[in-house]
Amino acid sequence: MSKIAVLGDRDSIYGFATLGLDTFPVANAEEGERTLKELAATDYAVIYITESLQAEIYNEVLKYREMRLPAIIPIPGVYGNTGQGMRDVKKLVEQAVGSDIIFNND
Amino acid sequence: MATKKQVNPTRMELTKLKKKLATAVRGHKLLKDKRDELMRQFLDLVRENKALRERVEEGIAKANKDFVLARAGMEDEEINAAFMAPRQSVSLEGGIKNVMSVEVPVFEYKTRTADENDIYSYGYAFTSSDLDGAVASLSTVLQDMLRLAEVEKSCQLMAAEIEKTRRRVNALEHVMIPDTQESIKYIQMKLDENERSTQIRLMKVKDMLLEEAHHYKEKMLAHEQ
Repeated sequence: MSKIAVLGDRDSIYGFATLGLDTFPVANAEEGERTLKELAATDYAVIYITESLQAEIYNEVLKYREMRLPAIIPIPGVYGNTGQGMRDVKKLVEQAVGSDIIFNND
Repeated sequence: MATKKQVNPTRMELTKLKKKLATAVRGHKLLKDKRDELMRQFLDLVRENKALRERVEEGIAKANKDFVLARAGMEDEEINAAFMAPRQSVSLEGGIKNVMSVEVPVFEYKTRTADENDIYSYGYAFTSSDLDGAVASLSTVLQDMLRLAEVEKSCQLMAAEIEKTRRRVNALEHVMIPDTQESIKYIQMKLDENERSTQIRLMKVKDMLLEEAHHYKEKMLAHEQ
């Protein structure tokens, strides 16, 4: 039985608590990195992370890319959508196919 | 191929290389099939990923807007108190699906209570109705979010596997197979050459032996005189 975590700045994520997800508000990148490591080591299968925090600790996030668990999924925060999540998907297509054939450069 | 590997031109080496080539060709075919099938499934999945992500991002943006509105009408302490003890809790039952030898996760989520109104973890007396709306709009995204997690993780794993497989296919197709073919050709030519030179040598030796036995040359000279 695994759990779902939401990681990011407090304003962006506090609403998820009421849906039954575990929220972990962090104030800065350092704290975020530490929390992410702890969450990945315990039984969290899915970790939603705000795009802004992911951008700050991207190298740490990449370490879990090729592992089966946890799935680290970027979501937009309260300060708007940076498009990073979509760019990641686009990059996946480029990695697999060799060039982007889904997004057509939009 | 500019760089020719040194091989011993022997029959044993030739047999070994031929076996190697057969394995390489078969492996190449299998890996190519694997790559094509993975690619087909990946493209389907990544299209779904894109659609889901668009929906989720839109939904969260809307929910965030609602939350900002709700907070505007309430004290921070009240919000904190309202969310302090969530009644609902979501847990995942994780499984594994095997897609062309790539193990991708399958998530099945369970809520602790069946009542969908349990997402409102507060009494309604001290909260604004905007907060109810915000929570409701967030809860509608949840299902898509969970599916997104599954699909996006699968895409990540498959993309990595496709990249690896593609490299292997290319290495076999452009390096391993041509190199082996060239070595085989080289050995075959060398062996043919050896055989020809042996034959010539034998003919020559035979000539010499016959000459010694019958002294053709002397007889011919005698005959002429």
